[in-house]
Amino acid sequence: MPMEVLPGPAGYIPTPAAFEGVELPAPGKALLHGKIVDEELAMREAAKAMLTRRNPTIFPGPLVLWGWNAGAMEKAKAVLELSMEIPNCRIIPMPDYRPKYPKIDPEAEINPNHPNLTILHNKIEACIFVGVHCHYANLSLRMIRAGTNCFTIALCAEMGHEDAMVSLRDVHAEEIRKFRDVLVQVRNELGIKWEPKMPPENPSLPKEEYQTLSVLDYGEYSYLLIPRRGEHVTETE
Amino acid sequence: MPEQRVVDADYLLLEAPRERKFITGAQAMAEAVKRANVDIAIAYPITPQSEVMHLVGDIWAQGYLKDYYRAEEEYGAMSAIAGAVRGGARAFSATSGPGLLRGLEAIASWPGHRIPAVLGVLTRVVNAPLSIQPDNVEISYLLNCGMVVLHAENQQDVFDFTLASFIISEKVDVYIPIAVCTEGFFVTHAKGYVNMTPEDMKLPPRDPYKAPVPPTDCEIPPARIQRDAPVQKSNFMSYLIHAVWQQEIWASNRRAMKYIYKYLGGPIEVVNPDAEVFVVASGCAAAQGREAVRYAQLEGLNVGLVKVKSICPFPVNEVRQVLSKAKAIIVPEHNIVGWLAKEVKAAIPNSDAVIGGPRVYGGMTLPVELIMEKVYDAFGIKKEKKVVV
Repeated sequence: MPMEVLPGPAGYIPTPAAFEGVELPAPGKALLHGKIVDEELAMREAAKAMLTRRNPTIFPGPLVLWGWNAGAMEKAKAVLELSMEIPNCRIIPMPDYRPKYPKIDPEAEINPNHPNLTILHNKIEACIFVGVHCHYANLSLRMIRAGTNCFTIALCAEMGHEDAMVSLRDVHAEEIRKFRDVLVQVRNELGIKWEPKMPPENPSLPKEEYQTLSVLDYGEYSYLLIPRRGEHVTETE
Repeated sequence: MPEQRVVDADYLLLEAPRERKFITGAQAMAEAVKRANVDIAIAYPITPQSEVMHLVGDIWAQGYLKDYYRAEEEYGAMSAIAGAVRGGARAFSATSGPGLLRGLEAIASWPGHRIPAVLGVLTRVVNAPLSIQPDNVEISYLLNCGMVVLHAENQQDVFDFTLASFIISEKVDVYIPIAVCTEGFFVTHAKGYVNMTPEDMKLPPRDPYKAPVPPTDCEIPPARIQRDAPVQKSNFMSYLIHAVWQQEIWASNRRAMKYIYKYLGGPIEVVNPDAEVFVVASGCAAAQGREAVRYAQLEGLNVGLVKVKSICPFPVNEVRQVLSKAKAIIVPEHNIVGWLAKEVKAAIPNSDAVIGGPRVYGGMTLPVELIMEKVYDAFGIKKEKKVVV
């Protein structure tokens, strides 16, 4: 009998759901609390969590934050459309996977090395991971289950995640829009009134002024932009 | 070199026509590499463990691989494999015994770095004293790395396991390295019949974007892990990050099991499932175990065989189920420590039924008669031992 994957806190070092018999679903199916169910049912439960729990938040990862191909750009649009339909939804990005020094700004971003800090600081009780590489999503989902009471939803472009309370697989822009439609339906059934609007701006990120942008504005990444001694850069993107 | 066309992986592994050849285990491994669309092979082949990397060098010269080179030593070879794979290439290497142990620090870091490489391990004695003879104690050193460890019984297994490993290791929910182990000399230098897929067909190339981590870890944020400070260095890090990372590797290891079922017919093979006494063996000890079962049947003794193909992930549930009514479980091995017997004992509730042996090592062969002695003991049959002068 596989374990039931419920919101935490599960404890100091919880056992991964994969060790406890939870298996990833076949195409067309999804995981709900560790059980393989129809996608529609899992979507409805995910929608309920995002509509009824405190401070619903979407965590988009590099695969949707960076416009590295047409699919990523379309998916990013779909994520925004979804966020507009969730009352008081916030978007907090996971732009990369590197540990943050000296400390993370939990209102600006989430990081897989210590995702619990962002969850706890913002009192997030329901969240969606989308566009995060599976390895880092799994790390985050386990740490969140260990130390917080957050209901986690994984919209995975690959095979899904055992440690999320709801895990959908093969999710691209079209499937995100399908989830949005299910969410709107559930919202209406619950009698929640909401006019679609964009989530608030990320409070910690200054607006980028491209006219005055200097190499030094890239902080720790700046060395990647400055040619090394003796290096002659002939081609740029 | 014939023109090779890319075919669907499932077709090549499960449906493509096969041609029978009489070849050595080393040739079987190189033939699998030939059909695997490998980008690069990096070698520091300890000599004279097997010809595998020499043969892979030959097929590189024929144009089957894009690149091939001899590294400065084993640590360099295994580190370079990590770099090549993180950079998006499909990579292969093979080693054995002391060479494996010399490269082990790099190899043990592969799973954590999510390196879906395939490593041939052609076992031989670990020094000292210096020897070049077969002994598979080195497999025990691989069992705690997190990588998938398969153990081939014969030349056919070597071909099938190697070819399938490229596909299994690159599955997004697995994405860890696979060691294909077999006994040096007994399998690598001996010939056997191997049914092989057509030479003009190969696997699809690796898609480095179909991955649970970003495809490069070289210079470009946000993908670096090697060059960043340790994940626990900051006061604001949790030690839990390393713990959940390790958990993820072992979860990935378990996820490989469904692909072992799909492409290798399951992690175990059972002969005579209703037996009273079982021989549980892996690698070429399974071949001797198979022969012992035949001897026993000729004598009217109800003996079965469990051949373990996947050592890690270990098929706990499968072994437990098959052995649930076993009166005695004989585990013949080619090493002194009895790593397979330990795994079997840990997997089953009736562990006192396990007879840890017979074991041979240091290059000794494993006569079927040695296994039969344990079979007679299990059935309470006393046989006189004669001194042959």
